[in-house]
Amino acid sequence: MEPFKSLISTAVPLPVEHVDTDQIIPARFLKMVTKRGFGEQLFRDWRYHRDGQPNADFVLNNPVYRGEILVAGHNFGCGSSREHAAWALVQYGFRVVVSSEFADIFKNNALNNGLLTVEVTPEVLHEVFSVIERSPAARFEIDLPEQRFTILETGQEVHFEINPFKKQCLVRGMDELDYLLSLDQDISAFEQRQITFA
Amino acid sequence: MARTTFDKIWDAHVVTSTGDGSDVLYIDRHFVHEVTSPQAFDTLAEKGIPVRRTDKTTATADHNVPTINQHLPISERLSREQVAVLERNCEEFGVEYYGLQHHNQGIVHVIGPELGLTRPGMTIVCGDSHTSTHGAFGCIAFGIGTSQVAQVLATQCVLMSRPRTMRITVTGQRAAGVQAKDIILYIIARLGTGGATGHFVEYAGEAIEALSMEERMTICNMSIEMGARGGLIAPDETTYRYLKGRPFAPVEQWEAAVEAWQALRSDPGAQFDTEYTFDAADIAPMITYGTNPGMGIPVTGRIPAANGSTASMQKALAYMGFKPDMSLLGHRIDHVFIGSCTNARIEDLRAAAAFVKGKSKAPHVRAMVIPGSMRVRTQAIDEGLQDVFEAAGFEFREPGCSACLGMNEDKVPAGAYCVSTSNRNFEGRQGRGARTILASPLTAAASAIAGHIVDVREVIA
Ligand code: SF4
Repeated sequence: MEPFKSLISTAVPLPVEHVDTDQIIPARFLKMVTKRGFGEQLFRDWRYHRDGQPNADFVLNNPVYRGEILVAGHNFGCGSSREHAAWALVQYGFRVVVSSEFADIFKNNALNNGLLTVEVTPEVLHEVFSVIERSPAARFEIDLPEQRFTILETGQEVHFEINPFKKQCLVRGMDELDYLLSLDQDISAFEQRQITFA
Repeated sequence: MARTTFDKIWDAHVVTSTGDGSDVLYIDRHFVHEVTSPQAFDTLAEKGIPVRRTDKTTATADHNVPTINQHLPISERLSREQVAVLERNCEEFGVEYYGLQHHNQGIVHVIGPELGLTRPGMTIVCGDSHTSTHGAFGCIAFGIGTSQVAQVLATQCVLMSRPRTMRITVTGQRAAGVQAKDIILYIIARLGTGGATGHFVEYAGEAIEALSMEERMTICNMSIEMGARGGLIAPDETTYRYLKGRPFAPVEQWEAAVEAWQALRSDPGAQFDTEYTFDAADIAPMITYGTNPGMGIPVTGRIPAANGSTASMQKALAYMGFKPDMSLLGHRIDHVFIGSCTNARIEDLRAAAAFVKGKSKAPHVRAMVIPGSMRVRTQAIDEGLQDVFEAAGFEFREPGCSACLGMNEDKVPAGAYCVSTSNRNFEGRQGRGARTILASPLTAAASAIAGHIVDVREVIA
């Protein structure tokens, strides 16, 4: 995993609430057995009409909006646990998602793939949408070590929370699995003392 | 200090803590299926590490399998390859695998409980959000992503920060025609689709204790639909009676096991971070009108003018072809799907069959019954339920997830209305453009017969 420290980028607005992972990546694309090729299918059924033509009304097809930050409505990533949703967002080119709430499993999957979830208050989220609407070229800064999100247009700075362990993993580009593997002795000791019934 | 059932199980499974708010949680049972595991097995292969505890790992093929002609090779190439990859991974890593035609095969959340692999006090994970189902036995059971599937395969542990706790108490008695599905759809409608995010739920109260194990599984199954990390019900006599004699249930140490399980109940005075109380008498048969499971109303109700932001509500109603203030009673439907890990256990099939018996489905409706597992299917056949369904014009097929997520060919066509006993009415969930109305098995069966949405209370004897 690439270390994540800070980022300055324009943002893509998706002011829809409760975006579920079936929308992020529909189930018919989950038949792949590798981690590749999901970026093209990101938001597939919102992005393309049934005949395969791009849906001009969908934000990813609007050349005005570009950037490595996706700003989405409340409760982003609800539903299925498919990590393919995080892979699709990363492979499309997003590095940060900003919302007022993330579904738990999605948040975990995102962070495990170097995709930073920045949770802000509903008021800040509203403000971010307004800023992008006024000036689509507005840029935002994310400073992970400082846990700071800045609306560069207005200079407004907000603090965001992140699980400290996840933060360390992201900042150092470290994999949770390696950490767990290093605990082999503790795990064995636990297995020795656990009582099970046959 | 007085502890909740959740606290007791969590505390008993902490291997160590990171020191900054995350616990390393030991996992007692890991269920694996074809869709979310291939990349996890690859991670192990790349690192050259084995599966740590094959004895705690069970795999099956369910999401991506056809529901007819399972004895033949899967015709769709990608599905066939994905199932083959699971089979090969299980063989290479020494994991028990219940493939198509195996008598233990079925939807992962149906087979775990029926085999007795799911037991009180356990921690259970699967790369699937409806792992919450297993909480019905008094377990901490939750869905994980593929990175975590790899972690559990390799170390039998996950890293988690402790969720907050919520208790949802349902008092009183429910009316005839009201099923467990209606109770949970009601709760989700009240809390909203993100109403329990960050929480682990315990369901309690008279109306919950009165439920059978199958019904409890329906309740816990849909915990994730309000964003909960999981949901559980404390084990009791109903739980023990269900488990005793199951293929993997304890035998020699049964008594000791029950004694340990009895100690799992929340202590009197145990504190929850959030509490809700509902009265079962207020609950009517429920249906959904929108594109998330929180958008539910009593079958006799009207679609509200607002639910969340205006834009999101408009988008949902435009997709569904509905308008605010509309009643859905009598609304014509095209499909009925009785299946999924929410409602495809033997009790669900019995309830639907008892209603359908001697009747015929409406000619314009396509009705499908997909048993949750091979065992459920076999039992349904033995009890004559297959004949009942087929005589009424329903298709009775082979086990799998089927039209719950439409990965195989069991899809609902664009624009068609489907009354479904599954758990998600998301856009495109049952097929691109498909319009899903979630409901109980009874409401689904009765609507198939009528050809439109009915209030089961009006039609049951
Ligand atoms: S039946 Fe549906 S919800 Fe349940 S595991 Fe299968 S796809 Fe998921």
